[in-house]
Amino acid sequence: MTKRQKKFMLIALGLAILASVTALVLNAFQSNLVFFFTPTQVFAGEAPKGRAFRIGGMVKASSLVQVGMTHEFVVTDNEREVSVTFTGLLPDLFKEGRGVVAQGELDNTGRFVASQVLAKHDENYMPPEAQHAMDAAAQRRAAQSLKP
Amino acid sequence: MLVELGHFALMLALMVALVQGVLPLLGTVSGTHLTWLPHSLRWGWVRLARASTFLQWGLVSFAFFTLEWAFLHNDFSVAYVVEHSNSLLPKPYQFAALWGGHEGSLLLWVFLLGFWSSAVAFFSRSLPLSMVARVLGVMGLISFGFLCFILSTSDPFVRVFPPAMEGRDLNPLLQDPGLVIHPPMLYMGYVGMSVAFAFAIAALLAGRLDAAWARWSRPWTVIAWTFLSLGIGLGSWWAYYELGWGGWWFWDPVENASLMPWLIGTALIHSLMVTEKRGTFKAWTVLLAIASFSLSLLGTFLVRSGVLTSVHAFASDPARGIFILVFLALVVGSSLSLFAWRAPQVAQGGFVNLVSRETFLLTNSILLCVATLAVLLGTLYPLVIDALGQGKLSVGPPYFNLVFAPIMVPLIFIMVPGSLLRWREAKLQDILPYVWAPGLGACVVSVSLCAWMGSWSAGVLGGFWLGAWVALAGVQQMVLRLKRPGRIGGSFWGMQLAHLGLAIVVMGVTGVKSFEVERDVRMGIGDEVQIQAYTFKLIGMQDVKGPNYQAVRARVQVLKNGQEVKTMLPEKRHYYSSAMPMTEAAIDSGFLQDLYVSLGDALQGDTPQWSMRVYYKPFVPWLWVGVLVMVLGGFLAALDRRYRVGYAASNAQGVLSPQTARA
Repeated sequence: MTKRQKKFMLIALGLAILASVTALVLNAFQSNLVFFFTPTQVFAGEAPKGRAFRIGGMVKASSLVQVGMTHEFVVTDNEREVSVTFTGLLPDLFKEGRGVVAQGELDNTGRFVASQVLAKHDENYMPPEAQHAMDAAAQRRAAQSLKP
Repeated sequence: MLVELGHFALMLALMVALVQGVLPLLGTVSGTHLTWLPHSLRWGWVRLARASTFLQWGLVSFAFFTLEWAFLHNDFSVAYVVEHSNSLLPKPYQFAALWGGHEGSLLLWVFLLGFWSSAVAFFSRSLPLSMVARVLGVMGLISFGFLCFILSTSDPFVRVFPPAMEGRDLNPLLQDPGLVIHPPMLYMGYVGMSVAFAFAIAALLAGRLDAAWARWSRPWTVIAWTFLSLGIGLGSWWAYYELGWGGWWFWDPVENASLMPWLIGTALIHSLMVTEKRGTFKAWTVLLAIASFSLSLLGTFLVRSGVLTSVHAFASDPARGIFILVFLALVVGSSLSLFAWRAPQVAQGGFVNLVSRETFLLTNSILLCVATLAVLLGTLYPLVIDALGQGKLSVGPPYFNLVFAPIMVPLIFIMVPGSLLRWREAKLQDILPYVWAPGLGACVVSVSLCAWMGSWSAGVLGGFWLGAWVALAGVQQMVLRLKRPGRIGGSFWGMQLAHLGLAIVVMGVTGVKSFEVERDVRMGIGDEVQIQAYTFKLIGMQDVKGPNYQAVRARVQVLKNGQEVKTMLPEKRHYYSSAMPMTEAAIDSGFLQDLYVSLGDALQGDTPQWSMRVYYKPFVPWLWVGVLVMVLGGFLAALDRRYRVGYAASNAQGVLSPQTARA
């Protein structure tokens, strides 16, 4: 091979690696984005069926029921509610009346089957998504009440 | 009073940092500019570099230790101490509580920056003085930026009046030996990347990107990389045993923030080697040096600004976030502009053959950069979308796992030929004898490991094979080298051990991902859970008291094939100063596996029952061993005598030695 051919081979090799990796990355990225929905959005049917997403809000007071290792509770943004079921150990900071974020899918009955419940590392901490859901609902209510 | 002195010392340090950052750099501007300045004055400025560096570090150290004094003496008139300490807190944690919050961790950052600068000032006796002045000048500017940040937005010396009676205590999650050691090590790595950065900028300013620059820069980069590796490893280990759910890597943005400079730092180490040995890849090496430090700054920004919420994010004060963002933009912008202006003049690329060590190292660089970009995309995308008001979303671990593994597999595969091939022009058939035997050996290893675990799949076999191949090829090289006469340099051992360590990590990751068993169960006294050959039996619960907490402790008996092997004691702690419970997992580590039990809540029911996590985690100890081997390799490589001999040699030639420069 001449010098020029070798150089060409080298550049081609680099580009081939880059192209295949980019394709891989973008493909994986597309299919692994997890979107967030508030309970109101879930009620309105905006959440996808058959694809994982996250919901957030408050754990409704005295809604937690334990059956064996399965926990059922209600997540609310003070406007709409979603009932959630989760099998496993709840995190230390999970409490009724506190903020929570859960990841999972909707089943046929409209119940949210969580694969993961997130509550973070500080007692005063409110997950930003949960806060967002509460704020959005509060804003809508405020807007409603202003209407004559 | 002492605290005020510390505060004052920090302000003085700011002034000294300004002197350190400006005068030596001005002094080194070439003779055709600034001609109105007397030559003697300029050399005076250049010589100021070392003195101002030591003085600045001294002042910052004084400030650091006055705050430390306030912590150890429970001075609850200092707001930061009130926020993060408590008189009941054990002494080591009071000491470490200094970096348990935002302000103090920045002080630690600047303190370590001073340490690195002083180390450069001290160990650079044989470098040209003008080069030392430039490097220290750049580091002075960075220090100036951070000191401004601390004094204007994050002052840890603020008093409260009236003084508090008692501190609010450290976040219970942080009350762990991990806090004493993980942040300082990680910061040593983050901040250490500033040395490589400063050397690169100094070389651009001087207009000499040559083998000498690469040789000076290498040991510093390697040692910073080593600390970063240690810091990341410790963080992972801490998360594993402290968070109580048995994960060791979560692809949490904060972890990604430390992984990205590590990946680029790895590429930089390899690229510096090419620049030193072959005089090529110069511009690329400089870019990597700029990128690794910029990513360290980005990490600081992500972690400290409150953009991300996690155990690491302390406060969300927008002023802080904006300051770091502007600082980051300044650093990246000015260094890239300098690069664009200078690089074409100073970096002439050499020619590279297709089959040569250079090609493999270039591929290594590309793969590492691509991996970094993939991680960066997954980390920043949700933040950007949120900032643009386009909704909230997250990128989960599946994305990172899916992307990272396929990039790492070829990277690890080329480690063996890359480290065997010769420079310039090599023949693949030359290395065949050193490749096939380890390859066959790796087949035996991977098949027998799978047989041992009693489970098979192509992925597991492949992962074990890859790790074992790299490890065995390395061992073969080490044995062959020992048989040959002659002194063996630290960099040889360094490379072999770092590669061996990574191979062990690869096998560990393969093993734990494929064979771990996780059971969430409810257990009453006398109940049993069976995992593989192990039986876990809950035999009792008791209340225990710690210095600043109360706990419920479970006794779990572990039986293997009917024989008792171990009693494990997981706890659920309630700290007095906090309403939040803490899970303390019990972990039993062996050579091949960990047993992991953590205690959940008491459950409602007729008989007392508790939820529990009972995990069987094979190969986890390999992760920690692998990291330690890598770290050992890093230290050996950095301490190679060649770098010191190298300085002496360049002195002997009289090339720009301090004496000639001063004359």
